[in-house]
Amino acid sequence: MTGMPFLSLAIWIPILGGLLVLATGSDRNAPLARSLAMFIALAGFAVTVPLFLLFDASTSAMQFSEFLPWIPRFNINYHLGVDGISVLFVLLNAFITIIVVIAGWQVIQEKVAQYMAAFLIMSGLMNGIFSALDGILFYVFFEASLIPLYLVIGIWGGANRVYAAIKFFLYTLVGSLMMLVALLYLFMEAGGSFNILDWHKLPLAMPAQTLIFWAFLVAFAVKVPMWPVHTWLPDAHVEAPTGGSVVLAAIALKLGAYGFLRFSLPIVPDAAQAMAPMMIALSLIAVVYIGFVALAQTDMKKLVAYSSISHMGFVTLGFFMFNVVGMEGALVQMISHGFVSGAMFLCIGVLYDRMHTRNIADYGGVVKTMPKFAAFFMLFAMANAGLPGTSGFVGEFMVVLGAVQFNFWVAFAAASTLILGAAYTLWMYKRVVFGVIGNDHVAQLDDIGAREFAFLGILALCVMAMGLYPFPFTEVMHASVNELLRHVAVSKL
Amino acid sequence: MNFVVPDFYPAAAEILVAVMALVIMLASTFARRIASDLAYGLTQLTLVLAACVTVLVSPNLLAAVAAVISEVPLFGVRLAEVLMGLSEGYAANEVVATFNGMFIGDMLGGLLKVFSLLAVGVALLYGRGYLADRKINRPEYYLLSLLMTLGMMVMISANHMLSLYMGLEMMSLSLYGMVAFDRESARSTEAAMKYFVLGALASGLLLYGMSMIYGATGSLELSGIAQSIYHQAANKTVLVFGLVFMLAGLAFKLGVVPFHMWVPDVYHGAPTAVTLMISSAPKLAAFAMTMRVLVYGLFELADQWQSMLMFLSVLSIVLGNLAAIAQTNIKRMLAYSGISHMGFVLLGLLSGVVDGDRNFALNAYSSAMFYAVSYVIMSLASFGMVILLSRAGFEAENIDDFKGLNKRNSWFAALMMIVMFSMAGIPFFIGFFAKLSVLQAVVAAGYVWLAVLAVLMSVIGAFYYLRIVKVMYFDEPVDTAPISAPGELRVLLSANGLAIAVLGLLPQGLMSLCAYALLASL
Repeated sequence: MTGMPFLSLAIWIPILGGLLVLATGSDRNAPLARSLAMFIALAGFAVTVPLFLLFDASTSAMQFSEFLPWIPRFNINYHLGVDGISVLFVLLNAFITIIVVIAGWQVIQEKVAQYMAAFLIMSGLMNGIFSALDGILFYVFFEASLIPLYLVIGIWGGANRVYAAIKFFLYTLVGSLMMLVALLYLFMEAGGSFNILDWHKLPLAMPAQTLIFWAFLVAFAVKVPMWPVHTWLPDAHVEAPTGGSVVLAAIALKLGAYGFLRFSLPIVPDAAQAMAPMMIALSLIAVVYIGFVALAQTDMKKLVAYSSISHMGFVTLGFFMFNVVGMEGALVQMISHGFVSGAMFLCIGVLYDRMHTRNIADYGGVVKTMPKFAAFFMLFAMANAGLPGTSGFVGEFMVVLGAVQFNFWVAFAAASTLILGAAYTLWMYKRVVFGVIGNDHVAQLDDIGAREFAFLGILALCVMAMGLYPFPFTEVMHASVNELLRHVAVSKL
Repeated sequence: MNFVVPDFYPAAAEILVAVMALVIMLASTFARRIASDLAYGLTQLTLVLAACVTVLVSPNLLAAVAAVISEVPLFGVRLAEVLMGLSEGYAANEVVATFNGMFIGDMLGGLLKVFSLLAVGVALLYGRGYLADRKINRPEYYLLSLLMTLGMMVMISANHMLSLYMGLEMMSLSLYGMVAFDRESARSTEAAMKYFVLGALASGLLLYGMSMIYGATGSLELSGIAQSIYHQAANKTVLVFGLVFMLAGLAFKLGVVPFHMWVPDVYHGAPTAVTLMISSAPKLAAFAMTMRVLVYGLFELADQWQSMLMFLSVLSIVLGNLAAIAQTNIKRMLAYSGISHMGFVLLGLLSGVVDGDRNFALNAYSSAMFYAVSYVIMSLASFGMVILLSRAGFEAENIDDFKGLNKRNSWFAALMMIVMFSMAGIPFFIGFFAKLSVLQAVVAAGYVWLAVLAVLMSVIGAFYYLRIVKVMYFDEPVDTAPISAPGELRVLLSANGLAIAVLGLLPQGLMSLCAYALLASL
């Protein structure tokens, strides 16, 4: 079984399957396109399950490695592999793809094949990003994943979609091109190797490290997104269709954070140590300031988008304190945020499909007409606020714990998110779900159907399971996180 | 007079093209009724035959192509064996010079000639229906194309200032005629006039530069010039002045800032079929000429011309990308984008020698060549799309004409998207690997700031390419007429678009061909 190229399958089944879905053509074949997409998404998930089951948690080495020469002229190789950090994201990604396909089942009626294909191709490319061990291979997947997301936002998005799509694309392009220059520089320094694992061992002088750190920072900070380069995210989220928002929040934001772990920390550890105070400060600004910004939103999607930025601030905070609890907490937070923010956007999507408005003021008393929905929404809102027993709590708690070890005042500021998060999420929940029925439209709402019940139910199970028993997740990542921290502690000067 | 019969063998393809041009001229005079079809058919036949002959007579080319083909799975190895069998007995020498050293046969020239011949063939196929719709599908067009091709081939193989100049003028004069081919159109005529006047000026500069270099070195043959400079027999001041004038002429032909003024006007004014022609194969010929003059002739002056090229390339990349944003006409937009692409080619050329160290030269020049070839492939596809959307009495030359293309025909919208993303340098398309190889050369040469500038400008470039994708995918169609292009155009354009994607997935073959060509010829 271990001889199977599971990673290649996880990348290419969705991409080639997406092209197949594209070939079904016009909307006359929409039912076929939907079922085919579902089948491919399930197949894509099925091949990632062995990655988790056969994963050896006792080692930090790369597993399921694949190696083929790709462009020998520049020594670029098709080099794949996962460690305890990346394997979780491959799984999460394949899982979210299924949810996205279900979520778009009825809502998308126009150009169904293109919609499904875009998400499948994107899913394959994201798997490529998480498993690439060659700098250029990583970059190629990283950039190529912009194309489907650009189209998804631009074609199926809301009123201001064109602006949002172009802003999203250009913002991320600036960052990633800077990274390209850094990759080329590392290629030269490493004597003609694009192997990321070789770069981990490459000694670098401090000025070079600092410049490389900044180049990576631009690329990854835009993706995370960190304050102050976060402004594309609310626009993109608000205008994207529900599926687009889910993928953005659940997967795309993780790319930046993953980049810090795979590139910034191990390749330029000294610069990362030196810059840590700045990174922590930026993270805290994201946590606290963006938390306040979220409080002021009147648009539900914008509110969740800002809460995503705030939660991702927690993730970067966890990384740059360089202790095991903080880093593992940050990783758990990433996975948890994938479930929770995805679920929040799906809930908003459920409302939006019925009412065609995202304004909090247009709602009120939804619980009276949609009780089942209100129950799910409650659970996810609580998870977003970090209530114990949900997955949201585990990550936040671990990061705060790490922060206490690091510095009391940092921990103090970080912990304020527990209050702020509860404030903006629950206040929104109260205004949308409780109270008197706001208007006639709300009075005529239908409760969720079987399809919606299915995907919200699955996500609810994940959120609860991870909240009550996070051990399988932390166990998988433990060895790799320890190794990474040991590596970062050694100077490369 | 002591006349030695030269070796015609290395120039077999050129001779074939020249003879066929005469045959076509005669044939179309006598067979009036079918003249244009006959001329078209014979021209395509000539191009294919000339490409085959070029492969056979160019040293190492067949073996190198065979080596690349053998990498292709399934039937590749068998096919390569057949090719290797063919190549036995043919040109094994690395470089052959003939006609008293005026003409040179090497793999670099062979490869560039094959690409040029293919590009001309593709351009003729794309343009045929367009010309017929406008009632200008006349045999002279094909005759001029062949003469242009001949000029390019001479330029590519020139080893002497005179043969270089002769080839250049032959190419340029044919092109002037082609730009004015739609003689009813005032805009075409104006464009041709501009092109002619500015082109003549550039030729003058080039000649002036040549004369100075001749004065300084006493030789017109490129290898003679190189030797004279190497032995420090030449007056440096005169030499550098000559270099400046020659570089100005070359920059004009490449269409880089500040000698770019003609590019947008000519691209815009010429019939699209001719624009397609100008933007493709002649760029390869201009690249070859630049290589011959700067690398073969004036390599000892690399320090001087590299800093001049840096100036030209930075200006081109900045101005080309910025000006392209403001365009509403897609032909003008592609013209400015072409200027910035040529700037990237120069980026590769200027990273060859670092502090007198020539170890980077092969890598740098082959990346520039790879970029030029990739650009030609993308440029053919982009103007091919413009032709695809136009029809009798309608030019699809405004960006708005692409609105809602995804609703009208999602296949061609997808192809155009591939072309645009490739030009913007987004993977998995060939444009990305072209940028990657040039940037890699620039970083290797130590110009990290130049690489940063180039990528920042690429972001600006991405904006206008994205805008095309935006109008195709996000906007509603204005023009709902079905696409009425002939079948062969659709098929070839699809193949061209897919080639951009496939070469993006597997760029190694083309990259190593370029690298090997330079290795065998320098």
